[in-house]
Amino acid sequence: MANKNADKRYTKDHEWVVLDGDIATVGITDHAQEQLGDLVHVELPEPERMVAEAEACAVVESVKAASDVYAPLAGKIVEINETIVEDPSIVNSDAEGEGWFFRLELDDPDSFEALMDQDAYDEFLETL
Amino acid sequence: MVPFAGYAMPVQYDMTGDLAARCRGGVLAEHLHTRAHAGLFDVSHMGQAILAGTDVVTALERLVPGDIAGLKPNRQRYTLLTNEAGGIIDDLMVARLDEDRLFLVVNASRKDVDFSHIAANLPDHLTLTAQQDRALLALQGPEAVAVMARLSPDAAALPFMGIAAVSLGGIDCLVSRSGYTGEDGFEISVPAEQAEALADKLIAYPEVVPIGLGARDSLRLEAGLCLYGNDIDELTSPIEAGLTWVVGKRRKLDWDFPGGLLMRDQLDNGVTRRRVGIRPDGRAPARALTTIVADDGTAAGTITSGGFGPSVNGPIAMGYVRRDLAADGTRLNLIVRGKTIPATVVPMPFTPHRYTR
Repeated sequence: MANKNADKRYTKDHEWVVLDGDIATVGITDHAQEQLGDLVHVELPEPERMVAEAEACAVVESVKAASDVYAPLAGKIVEINETIVEDPSIVNSDAEGEGWFFRLELDDPDSFEALMDQDAYDEFLETL
Repeated sequence: MVPFAGYAMPVQYDMTGDLAARCRGGVLAEHLHTRAHAGLFDVSHMGQAILAGTDVVTALERLVPGDIAGLKPNRQRYTLLTNEAGGIIDDLMVARLDEDRLFLVVNASRKDVDFSHIAANLPDHLTLTAQQDRALLALQGPEAVAVMARLSPDAAALPFMGIAAVSLGGIDCLVSRSGYTGEDGFEISVPAEQAEALADKLIAYPEVVPIGLGARDSLRLEAGLCLYGNDIDELTSPIEAGLTWVVGKRRKLDWDFPGGLLMRDQLDNGVTRRRVGIRPDGRAPARALTTIVADDGTAAGTITSGGFGPSVNGPIAMGYVRRDLAADGTRLNLIVRGKTIPATVVPMPFTPHRYTR
C-alpha cells in the first residue's frame, strides 16, 4: 500500500494533483465530491491565467452550496476540462479521473513535493 | 445531518439495500424519485396542535385572514398568522376536525412564537394543546395514492385538502391530502411511538424511498411554495408575497384580522415590491440573499430562495423585486460572486402542480 498513488498529491482544501513534467493536473478529491453532494455547476478559470498557491480559481456548486476550488500550487492555467462544465455529474462519478478540473504549468515543479501524499491525506481526513 | 430549527435533520438519506436499488441516492435522485414515484418525508419537527372550544372558528379568525368559519368538517386550508403591521408571523395549515376542534400544523422554527401568540389572544374558554407526542410523515408523489390505497382506501379517497382519522395498518392516524412538493400526496399525523413502525411499513413499498431536507427544499422551490424565514416573515405582507388568495372572500368585506386594513390599502394602492419567480440565464444557481439589479443599474431587490431545480434542470429562484420590475418577462441582473448573471422574471410554479382534484 505504501506505493499506492505515490505520484498523486493532495491539499488540505481537498484538491488532488498529478504531475507530468512541469504540468500539474488538478481536481477535487473523491472525499470532496462526496461531501459536496450532486454537483450542478462548475466554473473554471480562464486559460493563461496566472494563479498563486491557494488562490481561489474555480467554483463548484452542488445542490447544497457553492464552494471554491483553490490552485494547489503557483503557476499558469494551460488547459481546462470543459466536459465537466457541460456535465458536472462527471465530477461526482469520477472525481479523481475524468472529473479533473484544470492543468497548471507550475512555476516551480519541485513545489509538488511539499504537498501531502496519499497516506498524509488519509491521516488528515481522519482528523476531520 | 444538519441543524434545522433546533433539530438534527438529514440533508439526504443513505440508500442501502432495497432502497439503493430504487434510488441511487443524493438530493437530485431523491427529488426526481419523488416527482416520478413517491417519497417519504419525516417532518415531525413541525408543530401540531389542537385548538378546541365553542366557536373556535370565530376565535381563530381574529388572528388569520382565512375563511375558517367556511371550512367544512374534514377540510383543511392554508392560512397565515398576521401581525398588526401587516406582516406574517407564520404560515400554517388549519383543519376542521369537527364543530369545536381545529387541527393546526405550524413551522418548526415558529412553534413557540405561534403557540404563545394564539394562546395570548384566545378567549378564556378555548384550549390550545400542542401535540408533542405526535410525529408527522409526508408521503408525496404521483404514486403516493396507490401506496396509501393499500393501507387505507378511505385515506386514498380523500379529496385535495381533505383530512380524516383513519387506521393505517392498525395505527390510528390523522391523514390529509396535502403536502409541500407540488405533487399529489398525504401528510400523516401519527403517535410518536408508532411513527417508526409506520415509516418502515411505508418504505417497504417498492414505490417509496425516504427523502431528506435537501430535496424537500428543491421540491417546494420548484412548486413556488414559500419557506417561512426566507420568502415570508414578519416584515413581508401577504400582498407583497403574492398570497392575497389566502384572504377569504368574506374576510375582504371587513378586513377584521391583524394588519387587515393595511393589506386592503396595499391592494388598493399597490405595494412597493412583489415576490416573483426568477430564472437565471446559464447554469449557475443564485442563492438566497443574492442582490438583484435592474438593467439601468438601480437596486431591484433580493433573492429569498434560490438553487438548482432538478426537474427544471436549471437554476431557479424566487425573490422580491420593485413593483415596476415584477412583470413576467422582465430582464434583471443577479450579482453572484461579483459577476453579473442576467435573469428573467417568470411565473411560478416552475413545475406544474399535480394535486388531485
